[in-house]
Amino acid sequence: MDRPSTAIRVEGISKTFDTAAVLHDLSIDVRAGELLGLLGPSGSGKTTLLRIIAGLDAPDRGRILFGDDDATGLAVQERAVGFVFQHYALFKHMSVADNIAYGLNARRRADRPAKAEIKRRVGDLLDLIRLSGFGDRYPSQLSGGQRQRVALARALAVEPRVLLLDEPFGALDAQVRKDLRRWLREIHDRTGQTTIFVTHDQDEALELSDRVAVLDRGRLEQVGTPDEVQEHPASATVMKFLGDHVEVEALAEGGRVLVRGRETPVAAPAGTIGPVKLYVRPWQLQLAEPEAAHLSGTVRSSYRTQGRQRIEVVDIEGRVLAVEDFDGIRHPAGHPVGLRINGGHVFG
Amino acid sequence: MVETPRRKRTFRRPSVIPGFGLSFGYTLTCLGLIVLLPLAGLVAKASGLGLSGIWDVATDPRVSSALRLSFGVSAVAALVASVFGFLVAWVLTRYRFPGRKLVDAAVDLPFALPTAVAGIALASLYAPDGLLGAPLARLGIQAAYTPVGIFIAMVFIGLPFAVRTVQPLIAEIDKEIEEASATLGANRFATLTKVVLPPLIPAVLTGFAMAFARGVGEYGSIIFIAGNLPYVSEIAPLLIVIKLSEFDYGGAAAIATIMLGISFLTLLAINLIQTWSRRRFGYV
Repeated sequence: MDRPSTAIRVEGISKTFDTAAVLHDLSIDVRAGELLGLLGPSGSGKTTLLRIIAGLDAPDRGRILFGDDDATGLAVQERAVGFVFQHYALFKHMSVADNIAYGLNARRRADRPAKAEIKRRVGDLLDLIRLSGFGDRYPSQLSGGQRQRVALARALAVEPRVLLLDEPFGALDAQVRKDLRRWLREIHDRTGQTTIFVTHDQDEALELSDRVAVLDRGRLEQVGTPDEVQEHPASATVMKFLGDHVEVEALAEGGRVLVRGRETPVAAPAGTIGPVKLYVRPWQLQLAEPEAAHLSGTVRSSYRTQGRQRIEVVDIEGRVLAVEDFDGIRHPAGHPVGLRINGGHVFG
Repeated sequence: MVETPRRKRTFRRPSVIPGFGLSFGYTLTCLGLIVLLPLAGLVAKASGLGLSGIWDVATDPRVSSALRLSFGVSAVAALVASVFGFLVAWVLTRYRFPGRKLVDAAVDLPFALPTAVAGIALASLYAPDGLLGAPLARLGIQAAYTPVGIFIAMVFIGLPFAVRTVQPLIAEIDKEIEEASATLGANRFATLTKVVLPPLIPAVLTGFAMAFARGVGEYGSIIFIAGNLPYVSEIAPLLIVIKLSEFDYGGAAAIATIMLGISFLTLLAINLIQTWSRRRFGYV
């Protein structure tokens, strides 16, 4: 096979709740074995899309294909998806082992593995989630991170066609989140399980995903590798959502973008002439002498975090511009500075 | 060798809210004055007859048949009330329909109604020429003036207990656990029996115990519909009243003590089952 096959195809899905449209004619292909991050602000429809793929919600229009088979009409039970909920949704009255074995025990007698086989698989999964020896405990005796791992093992036990994770780390604290992220990536690399996860956290999506799909107000803005969406955002929405930025009034002229009459290294999109908005990331700004600067202002504060220096500059209009520069000089508050634009994006 | 300090045995636990001593003392005093003292008086009165005297009362055919009727019908009625109460609670919490609040309020009516009113209403409904009694009679079922009538009255007064004990728990069920069960391939029946119902069992048992206890002690709503035929439809509380009106205080106290004992043992047993099921179903 020269290119990865499509595991799931979402075709023209629309969904309206009451009167509010949640998804508009959305299409996306999920490749076999990939880890796809659905990224978007709250209300962008990402969880609804995940639930429609799982069969927990029905689309108003459009189709869901698993491989070449139309799964739109299939009930949840028949879809063979693994779904992990933000708040774990473990069965509190069952031990950890019983939770994990649930999907196997729920199968029809003919398809159900033997008791010993189920026990072995549960043991393997407990090893995988690093909770061997916890099989007899109850969910109430576990920490949040442990519960989420059990929920993942429970979903993996049925060997799903696709694993769907809805804000899997949303309810956990920062350190546990970080560990679990890395661990999920490891598990994915080991099992090659096609996985879609929903998040509103850019860092999480960019760190974890093979590809990121950015959703906004029920529309797909862009799909691409983390590098692609960061280096070549398809729209201002994607640009805005992926991190800090400054909007600068600029002028497109002769294929270049000018700010206050000074040329910047940013190329204007073909055919764009006249006033445009230039979006600049903090690290694309640099402190500069006034004669070489595109912007100017006074330093509001400056601090270092983890090897980076971040300077906040207030310009004449009172806007705060975040700058990431590495000159190592301390910049006292109130000090007038000039800023040079070293890069950015203009959208036609 | 390091000796581990022995923990001092004490009831007291560190707590944010002070006043353990005061509130514990108050609890014991109240319980003693309001509940235990009258019961002790009852037992004292009955003990005037001596053990053999109580035994004689208990084995009196009229008394023993009344006791069997009271406890037997109460158990069946509590069981039926639990099943239907569960359904009512389920429908009231799970579905939205016009008039839901009204139905919800109506559930409490048997609590609020004077029991005699309920009794008269039930008796006139189920009398052989009553609105429901007539069609039942045509089917060959005589409800009023038989144990069936007692059963109907007991279900009526027990239902609110069964509904109100499970209702909050059903409302608390997380919809996601049902969805999780479905994504794992379980059909609806399995989701219901393995995921939804087991955590509700302790509450259903509580409802059963309360409906049962209420049924055993009920008087007003039953005597009108029961017909009160000795050996057939005469309940134990009525027998107590009869004994009292005959100035046989000792005999009345003896029946009461026997009822007290059986009730206590039954409720204790239900409590133990509950504790066991709580542990079994993982509520630590």
